[in-house]
Amino acid sequence: MWWRSASFILDHRLQEDPPNDIASSSKEPDTLSKLSPPQTHSSFMAAADPFNPIPNPKISAYYQTRAAHTAVVTSDWLAQAQAAVGHHPDDSPAPQTQLLASPSASGKSFCVINEFNNWRKQPDLAEAVAAIRALAAVIRASEATTMMELEIELKKASDSLKSWDTTSISLTAGCDLFMRYVTRTSALEYEDFNSARSRLIERAEKFGEISCKARRIIAMLSQDFIFDGCTILVHGFSRVVLEVLKTAAQNKKLFRVFCTEGRPDRTGLRFSNELAKLDVPVKLLIDSAVAYTMDEVDMVFVGADGVVESGGIINMMGTYQIALVAHSMNKPVYVAAESYKFARLYPLDQKDMAPALRPIDFGVPIPSKVEVERSARDYTPPQYLTLLFTDLGVLTPSVVSDELIQLYL
Amino acid sequence: MDPRRASRTVSDPKIRQVGFFAPPPDRSFSGPPDPISTSTPNPAAATTTAAAANTSSPPPISDLSPSGNSLSPVMIPPPRHSSDTTHRPVPFPPVSPLRRDTLSLTVGSYNNNNNNIISSSPTASFYDESKGITVKVSPTPAASSFPGGGFDLTAVKASSVPASGLTTVSVVKTLPPGFTETIVEKVGGSVEMQNDLPANSKPLKERTSKAERRALQEAQRAAKAAAKAEGSKLSATTSGAVASANAKPTKATKPSSQKNDSATVASSEKKGGDRPPEKDRKKDAPHPRMQYDDKSRVEKAKRRAVVKQTEARNRVELFRHLPQYEHGTQLPDLESKFFQLDPVHPVVYKVGLQYISGDISGGNARCIAMLQAFQEAIKDYSTPDEKTLTRDLTAKINSYVSFLNECRPLSISMGNAIRFLKNRIAKLPLTLSESEAKAFLQSDIEQFISEKIILADKVIVKHAVTKIRDGDVLLTHGSSSAVEMILLHAHELGKQFRVVIVDSRPKLEGQLLLRRLVGKGLSCTYANINAVSYIMHEVTRVFLGASSVLSNGTVYSRVGTACVAMVAHEFRVPVLVCCEAYKFHERVQLDSICSNELGDPDAISKVPGREDINYLDGCTNSENLQLLNLIYDATPSDYVSMIVTDYGMVPPTSVPVIVREYCRDQVWI
Repeated sequence: MWWRSASFILDHRLQEDPPNDIASSSKEPDTLSKLSPPQTHSSFMAAADPFNPIPNPKISAYYQTRAAHTAVVTSDWLAQAQAAVGHHPDDSPAPQTQLLASPSASGKSFCVINEFNNWRKQPDLAEAVAAIRALAAVIRASEATTMMELEIELKKASDSLKSWDTTSISLTAGCDLFMRYVTRTSALEYEDFNSARSRLIERAEKFGEISCKARRIIAMLSQDFIFDGCTILVHGFSRVVLEVLKTAAQNKKLFRVFCTEGRPDRTGLRFSNELAKLDVPVKLLIDSAVAYTMDEVDMVFVGADGVVESGGIINMMGTYQIALVAHSMNKPVYVAAESYKFARLYPLDQKDMAPALRPIDFGVPIPSKVEVERSARDYTPPQYLTLLFTDLGVLTPSVVSDELIQLYL
Repeated sequence: MDPRRASRTVSDPKIRQVGFFAPPPDRSFSGPPDPISTSTPNPAAATTTAAAANTSSPPPISDLSPSGNSLSPVMIPPPRHSSDTTHRPVPFPPVSPLRRDTLSLTVGSYNNNNNNIISSSPTASFYDESKGITVKVSPTPAASSFPGGGFDLTAVKASSVPASGLTTVSVVKTLPPGFTETIVEKVGGSVEMQNDLPANSKPLKERTSKAERRALQEAQRAAKAAAKAEGSKLSATTSGAVASANAKPTKATKPSSQKNDSATVASSEKKGGDRPPEKDRKKDAPHPRMQYDDKSRVEKAKRRAVVKQTEARNRVELFRHLPQYEHGTQLPDLESKFFQLDPVHPVVYKVGLQYISGDISGGNARCIAMLQAFQEAIKDYSTPDEKTLTRDLTAKINSYVSFLNECRPLSISMGNAIRFLKNRIAKLPLTLSESEAKAFLQSDIEQFISEKIILADKVIVKHAVTKIRDGDVLLTHGSSSAVEMILLHAHELGKQFRVVIVDSRPKLEGQLLLRRLVGKGLSCTYANINAVSYIMHEVTRVFLGASSVLSNGTVYSRVGTACVAMVAHEFRVPVLVCCEAYKFHERVQLDSICSNELGDPDAISKVPGREDINYLDGCTNSENLQLLNLIYDATPSDYVSMIVTDYGMVPPTSVPVIVREYCRDQVWI
């Protein structure tokens, strides 16, 4: 808001031309003279502000994971981007330091990150589930002799996982939920260590199982909402949404799908490929054609990177505008998201979250003076969403907070 | 975080299974029992959930029933592979053998005690089973402020027919306000059923809901009048809730038949048939808010009152139910009484005087002052002979509370604190000696103050500061202690931001805040509320305090807050309300009229020190002039982006969740 305010202009002038400020700000002298030169000097705003050059041009780890999992053309331009940036993503500093910092990793051959990476290689396994599996392995491999020790070790492992990729919401949320779920048993209080430990492992396994099954459950729940002859608009490549549509196709439902192209990583292309394999009629749209086609659409289906406390979602860039268009045309917007994506975040607006940056290839060289908005995801507020399909059931956005409060408090 | 929460393990089968307990798909459709949502005694919360979950989940049909047969709100009903997505039939839970008709879903579980009474006195075959419900529902004051809109509108359709049908059998039924009805059936049928099965079909009558609360009230009044005329004792427990008059059936129906289709209320029963439940209800029922337009009760209250208030003239018609007094008249009188022997403890007396004079204001300050006064009073308390501490102390506290209430109407947060204290007194172990019990209570109060107010504020500050970024322009209205702490803390952290303080007459509390903030070196802008629409476009966040947050997310706060929130919403500026969880209340309020406080009317008609603009001098006694100085207003939840509370940052829709999980039964600590 502030950047379109009059005082902001004054601030700019203040910044450029300090001696002039008393004259220019005579209206609010007290305020302005005390207001320090804003924005550009503060690191936080610099990171969040699209108008500023991005200080650290590293590609977010979140985006790498996404790209590796979902995109068609990513591998080559990811390599390009890496070459441009100059360092390999694997030797990005965060995991390294964490590995050294974690005593469990240094002392033994076992390491959470390696374990996590092993699990992550499975194409169908979500990042959070991989993390959950890795954490379960931590318990199994642990040589701790007291409950406290084990808990601390687990905490360390989850912290190192979280810091491995701070931008991934589902990873953080998955780790948090695992900790809540596994360690919050009253049974631990009065059992001997070994049985308590096996109980923890049991719970961890169960949690992993549930998380694995989540997609199936969501696909089942959503079947009632897909009716014969409907047209579904899909944005991004979401494995849950794919599962939903796959199940619908198996149930002999007749529907067609519109896929947005999903620039720049062309996730829509791959999604349409998958759907074509299922013999579902599918049509590709360029991202800017959403409003044009919206009147034909019966419902919008999107996945989510994270579901936040307000009931809104954080998802691939473009979801917000699709939701806005759908809302203004009274089309339902359905979100399919596993409950391990529920995060205790509450963004108030688009800039109120850690940005996940990605490279964008425009095909032509961009002059250095031109800035590029490179954020990979946006926040869709809850009032534009109709329902969330989760493995906890079909929820309205306001129930998300209910579930989160019960999970975390 | 909270030791109490430790027992709520996810593995406990009695607890509602959330999170990763999604049952296998086939089972999930059958809808497992949902203890939390079914046992909620709070119809307001239930309604909100139902409203929020309008499209997906089936309406929580048996929210009031402890039977546990209802569907979980998060579970969808069995799959129906048709194209209809929004309207699905409500799957009925298995009907108990007692209930032959699906009609009785909601009330069936209250049968048991009614049936006993009925079987013992066959004359009471038209015994009003609403009694059973009233007992359950009345603990929530929400009932009294629940307007007609709260009812399912479908219930209206069936209303006129059953009313007449019922009059013929001289049974008039009540539906407690706030009771959500989702299924409407013909009541005529149920009446016939009744003749066949007098005992079993009791609950069937529950259907006749009439939507209009207005009508409800009128009918109640009529019924009361009739009852009074007959000389039967009027039970005055729940003034706003279901009429509990012991009118004879014939009499009770007369007004209702006069009222024709609108009359549904008036409980008809045999005199004395329900003495014990009546008493129970009296105990359970919240202290009814006094309606100051009810002349007889005002007279009665006046006789009891310590504070002799003179009532203001020319009160605004719409707000006659609120107390309004001439300000400044009672203080000298009370001060002179200070040294008289009085049932009121001197410390409490002092706090009361400070309330009147306005020396203590602000929700937290008033609440802390009150609690500390009670602490002192408990310290000096000794149980009289032949009395028990539990009862006598409660009575004492009650008298203090009513004294304080006369000085200035209690805020909702204070009501919560009082409920907490009384609950603690009631739960004292009998084995404790008097001194132990007193120490116990004092430490409880201490703990309440430190945990629920002071620590809560710290947590709120911690949360809210994360939402302040460099370069922000923050707007606040009036003077809220929580907001002040947030701003100061953010400043200490070195964040670069600017503050806009919007203030309003007559209290101009913002100036105090402004003074303190400027003193700490924050850059501030001061504006009157008239300028809010001008200033709003440069604001990035609005931080507001609250006197209370109600179950539907309505923020009850200093007058002007709603205006600021609305303007902010219009400008798409996020509105953050900072409120400690002890101020949450399960009541639902839709407007600022039903419950509010009236300030001194002179304060708005005069500007002190400005003789030149006191245009109203001399007209204030005119019959045609009515001055309204409201103290609070209600901000609808639509205008609130986030509520920052000690349980984290939650959307306004989650207030009932917190009330349900933490504030019920005044567990608090």
